[in-house]
Amino acid sequence: MSLLEARGLTRHFGGLRAVDGVDFDLEAGEIHALIGPNGAGKTTFVSLLSGRLAPQAGTIRLAGEDITRTPAHIRVRKGVAYTFQITSIFPGLSVFDNVALAAQGARVRDLKAAVQAALSRVGMVGMAAEVAGVLSYGHQRLLELAMGLALAPRVLILDEPTQGLAAGEIEGFKALVRSLVPQVAVLLIEHNMEVVMDLATRITVLNFGQVLAQGTPDQVRADPAVQEAYLGA
Amino acid sequence: MSFGPFLLLALMEGMVTAAVLSLAAVGLCLVFGVMRVVNVAHGEFYMLGAVIAWFVASVVPGPAWAVFLAALVVAPVLVGALAAAADGLILKRLNYDPEATIVATIGLLYILQQAALTFYGPDARPVAAPFTWRIQLPWFGYSGYKLFVVAAAVAVLLAVWRLMTRTRAGLIMRATQVDREVAGAFGINVDRVYMGTFALGAALAAVAAVLVVPIQQAHYLMGGDPLLLSFIVVIIGGLGSLRGTVIAALIIGLSDGVISMFFTPTLAKILATLLVAMVLVFRPQGLFGQKT
Amino acid sequence: MKVWGLHLAVLAALALLGLVLPQYHATNLARIMVLAVFAMGYNLAFGYAGLLSLGHALFFAAGMYGAGLPAWHWGWGAAPALLAGAMAGGLAAVIVGLLALRTAGVSFMIVTLMFAKAFALTILYFNSWTGGDEGFVVPDTGRALFGATLAADGPRYALAWGLFTVALGLSLLLVRSRFGRVMVALRENEERARMLGINPYAAKLQVMGISGLYSGAAGAAYALLFGYVGGTFADIQYSILPMLYVLLGGAGTVLGAGLGAALMFYLTDVASSVTDAWLFVVGAALVVLVLFAPKGILGWVRARWWRDLP
Repeated sequence: MSLLEARGLTRHFGGLRAVDGVDFDLEAGEIHALIGPNGAGKTTFVSLLSGRLAPQAGTIRLAGEDITRTPAHIRVRKGVAYTFQITSIFPGLSVFDNVALAAQGARVRDLKAAVQAALSRVGMVGMAAEVAGVLSYGHQRLLELAMGLALAPRVLILDEPTQGLAAGEIEGFKALVRSLVPQVAVLLIEHNMEVVMDLATRITVLNFGQVLAQGTPDQVRADPAVQEAYLGA
Repeated sequence: MSFGPFLLLALMEGMVTAAVLSLAAVGLCLVFGVMRVVNVAHGEFYMLGAVIAWFVASVVPGPAWAVFLAALVVAPVLVGALAAAADGLILKRLNYDPEATIVATIGLLYILQQAALTFYGPDARPVAAPFTWRIQLPWFGYSGYKLFVVAAAVAVLLAVWRLMTRTRAGLIMRATQVDREVAGAFGINVDRVYMGTFALGAALAAVAAVLVVPIQQAHYLMGGDPLLLSFIVVIIGGLGSLRGTVIAALIIGLSDGVISMFFTPTLAKILATLLVAMVLVFRPQGLFGQKT
Repeated sequence: MKVWGLHLAVLAALALLGLVLPQYHATNLARIMVLAVFAMGYNLAFGYAGLLSLGHALFFAAGMYGAGLPAWHWGWGAAPALLAGAMAGGLAAVIVGLLALRTAGVSFMIVTLMFAKAFALTILYFNSWTGGDEGFVVPDTGRALFGATLAADGPRYALAWGLFTVALGLSLLLVRSRFGRVMVALRENEERARMLGINPYAAKLQVMGISGLYSGAAGAAYALLFGYVGGTFADIQYSILPMLYVLLGGAGTVLGAGLGAALMFYLTDVASSVTDAWLFVVGAALVVLVLFAPKGILGWVRARWWRDLP
């Protein structure tokens, strides 16, 4: 039994088949990358997993429990955390309050310790008192990540986490994600192929809302269908 | 009087209510549709139209019809100009933020109400109808002027409809309604469209008030009921839909007379306000709008 | 520490003022403190949780009639009447919230406005039982509290001060608690809050309930302290006033509601002694505030000098 499992997941918008009968398994302890051309349905798919959108067909199970109809905030409490593609923080609140909101969502007792722990993992320890809205873009991305960590999730869904980060910041990010497994299973939507090939233990390729290929980085790289549709080789 | 003629009378009165209401509501609807602004001061523009009509009547000499025509021109123009000024001085500076504009137009409501009280006074005053002939039906006589109100309202509504669908100005307004940014990128002066729309919306309220003032009297608190009814009509008609608004005005106007035969006006109002709340909660696209 | 010191100092000053002020101003201040409790309740919903309601007159009036009607019809004393009023306000807010919170933004404003209007009309409709437009005078038995009568100046001020103190203390505790953080999160970014495991609907419903409790307590106290209950208190105007107080004093600041109430009260008081155009003052204040000072006085202080002011 996989940690997070989707069967026949479907969501159409009018005539557009954004997600069309996708089967998917996220195993405990893996870093799983979700790739595909723009408009392949990646963000819609993880929105279905996280509960921000309701599927029209199919089922989602978390550690065997059916969560298809579970509201998003309950899924978060059950351990499915989602970090937004476009940085989504509380701009008027301090860094501490941002992370504390996540930590108290996880029913943490010692809020200060939990916040400190999350901030130190992303290397923002000294910045707890700063107002989130005035941070640099890179720091806001890291804050977003810290909020995800403070939720103490079982599954962490990262939607294009390296977008807009500088090269040096990307190295730090990769090290951070590696340090999360195997306690946390990571599902990563990513455009940066270097990051994907470097981090992922398995890759799922989506195209036109359907699974085009699935496997280890080497398998996916060698798949002719993937090369034709996506890598453009 | 037997039931048939009685119902006919109620329906005729309802038509007059519906005609006036649809003018005021279409004004509110235009402003909301194009600008996404909920203008709480709309009822005060209506009141100002009536008050200005009284001032015109008290200074312009001549026969009643000439005075009335003068009021029908002067009041909408003045009220429209005032609205344009309010748009430029207040709403534009708020960047048309929906919630801030509501607060600001509430402020405007109080300011206009106070201004009317100070300069016009607390009395209700009549304006003479432009003509007084009556139509004699077999069962009762009926004011010809009231029928004129209905005809005039239909004419104005048709003009608005033509403006929106057949002219360049209407096209520009509809384009702005669909997407303000894109409209701006295509060289449409969004500020001017907004100012014009706000002025037009207020002017329509003023026209409605001028038409009504020979039937009801001008009073500084007269804006409250039309505001509430316009709200009800616009929401039930599906926010921003002109056709839905006119249909809703017809239904509300006609049923107003009939409902009042069975319920007290207060109970009718309670039911209407609750209906609006429920429509917004459970069917936000309006009773006649399409689900999007 | 500094925060508690400031708020205690304000309370001490108010207690002292009650002893030294001439009667006219002491009565004014009692009225202001009760209105400030109303505004504090409004502030929790609007200033902290971002719920811009145009229907709080309903909750104020629910408190007023919840206290006044039992005192009038069944001869209840002040203590149970006060309690009943506060509960009525809270209950009304939860019922309205259950429906209104399915909407947001402009729709929420209109839905709350419509409910309040319907309630005001309902009071008129049942005029044989509510006194309708003319209202009614609260009987002396209803204004008796532990042997004192609230019609007397001393006890009146004391109760107003006591209510204000409790309301201020609870507000302070609330906004500095975990739930306080949740309220602000809802205001700042509701979708993000949901994805942190917060149920926005349930949380907002709680805020509405608390806000209604405050409003109801204020309405009940207003009825008992000043002895009159009337339909005008259910009018839209009494939804606008707390918003005005909060905007002036500073939305999302604990002391802002009281400061705004005091300033606005004396502003209209002065204005009405010069002209009778007090509506104009209210209107102009609203326009000027949204245009030039959307943060209000204490919001400005917080931005400038004291970032941790709650």
